[in-house]
Amino acid sequence: MIAVYLEIRDGKIKKSSLEALSEAKRRAQELGQEAAAVLAGAAVADLAPAAFGLGASKVYLLENQALADYSSQAYAIALAAFAAEAKPLAIFFPATALGKDLAPRVAARLGAGLATDCTKTAVKDGTLEYTRPIYAGKAFLTVRLKSSPQIATLRPNVFPLAEAAAGTGETLRIALAIPDGAIKGRVTEVLKEESAELDVTEADVVVSGGRGLKGPEAFGLLRDLAAVFPRAAVGASRSAVDSGWIGHQHQVGQTGKTVSPELYMAIGISGAIQHLAGMSSSKVIVAVNKDPEAPIMKVADYGIVGDLFEVVPKLTEELRKKLAE
Amino acid sequence: MNMLVFVKRVPDTESRIRIQHETKTIVEEGLNFIISPYDEYAIEEALRLKEAQGGTVKVVSVGRDEAATILRKCLAMGADEAVLIKDDAPESYDGLRTARIIARAVERKLGPADLLLFGKQSVGADNSQVPAMVAELLGLAQATVVTKLEVAGGSATAMREIEGGLEKVALTLPAVISAQKGLNEPRYETLKGIMAAKKKPVPMITLEELGLGAADLTPAVEAVGLDIPAARQAGKVLTGDPAETACQLVQLLRDEAKVI
Repeated sequence: MIAVYLEIRDGKIKKSSLEALSEAKRRAQELGQEAAAVLAGAAVADLAPAAFGLGASKVYLLENQALADYSSQAYAIALAAFAAEAKPLAIFFPATALGKDLAPRVAARLGAGLATDCTKTAVKDGTLEYTRPIYAGKAFLTVRLKSSPQIATLRPNVFPLAEAAAGTGETLRIALAIPDGAIKGRVTEVLKEESAELDVTEADVVVSGGRGLKGPEAFGLLRDLAAVFPRAAVGASRSAVDSGWIGHQHQVGQTGKTVSPELYMAIGISGAIQHLAGMSSSKVIVAVNKDPEAPIMKVADYGIVGDLFEVVPKLTEELRKKLAE
Repeated sequence: MNMLVFVKRVPDTESRIRIQHETKTIVEEGLNFIISPYDEYAIEEALRLKEAQGGTVKVVSVGRDEAATILRKCLAMGADEAVLIKDDAPESYDGLRTARIIARAVERKLGPADLLLFGKQSVGADNSQVPAMVAELLGLAQATVVTKLEVAGGSATAMREIEGGLEKVALTLPAVISAQKGLNEPRYETLKGIMAAKKKPVPMITLEELGLGAADLTPAVEAVGLDIPAARQAGKVLTGDPAETACQLVQLLRDEAKVI
């Protein structure tokens, strides 16, 4: 069995978790095994149908009042109890803020090998293999995990989401004992960014700005451009972040985030190695730069040589027209 | 307050990475090595806490003798002590192996500590595993990817970055913190600090001293491939009137790239 931990935010299963479940189902079929889903929280049974719809044949419910608010310790205890009972071959987590907080804790509790932020999984000679970027994507490492279970986190926005269909399966509850005294840390509040912007790692389109923007104001142009798309986010190069023009959570590159959107637009970004590492796995890259020799032009599928202050507003206008058609 | 800060020596982020296919390792020759950038936020936070509330800052690295260089940098920044846990094994990409070494060292040699600080990930292996694993092995609370930390008495409040927002985590000390960019602005070492750091000893702990055997140290992660991604090819370049190039690009994105 390949089990997938499904992350719940605002009462819904996150898309990245459904992508992970879709991938688990594909690999499980290849191995002649079943895919299962794991839901944890105070009361989560209502969400089981979504998991069945993506091909899970079992949904495990880890329900306990101690799981009402997220605590890595409490959740690790719950997941370990699940693993002890269900004995899955592998457990996949989404490589989100939560998944990357929880999966290592579970792995340590179970003595399991963990592959972080995988961008590919495969079955070779009957064994699961996990491919993941290292050095922020300058190289790709493929590993096998010699533990039971194997644990992996899967990068959002990389694995295709399966078509949901009507499906049913078995719902099982895992008995949990989570001693109060064992929990020393807990999330007490979730603060959303006022603008409720999508994170660059989750967006289908990322519009990033760099030194060429000359100041924080020009990010307004980029926000206008991003607003044309349904699921877009604004990114930035390290120099724009270090100049204080935009928050570091927008930074794309080796000391920021690694992104793989459908479309990456690099505006006024020259393309330092550490930036290219963070965005080279984007499906289509567009660059707008006044310098035709800028390194970004060597990786861009489409480059516009010109003044971004003139080009970007025109681009926004054209895209708006085209997308309205 | 006693603080332990864990640091790793990694190739500079501007490095071009070359690989050795047979050994599935990177070619170290010609690379410039630095302290992993996120670790600097961890040290800076510890130094600020020490300045505000008193205490000690001990920096620790697991690795080969060369890691002493980054430990001296931490001493020059203001850390009180540095310890090298000597591990000559090549990069295994197995966070649990490193976490077991660190957890055992904390139990037997380095502790007790109120705070264990790490960078959110090493740039390189990009595992983001060790801080949370150490927390689990030691039964401690954790806050990972932290951009704000407040410590008062026996507890702490951390803000951690999540998609599109922040999470506030309440922690009872001792606890594990992993630092994200934005937590602070790391200081530069002073000349005086550099001179003083040269004279400080960097004691070494061996894995044998920690009583770690093959069962603890055999990686659960087996590398079966290491590749450099195919270079992207430069595509079409559009020049000329901004309105026209914008129009052409949108057409290409729809008809050729089919992304809109």
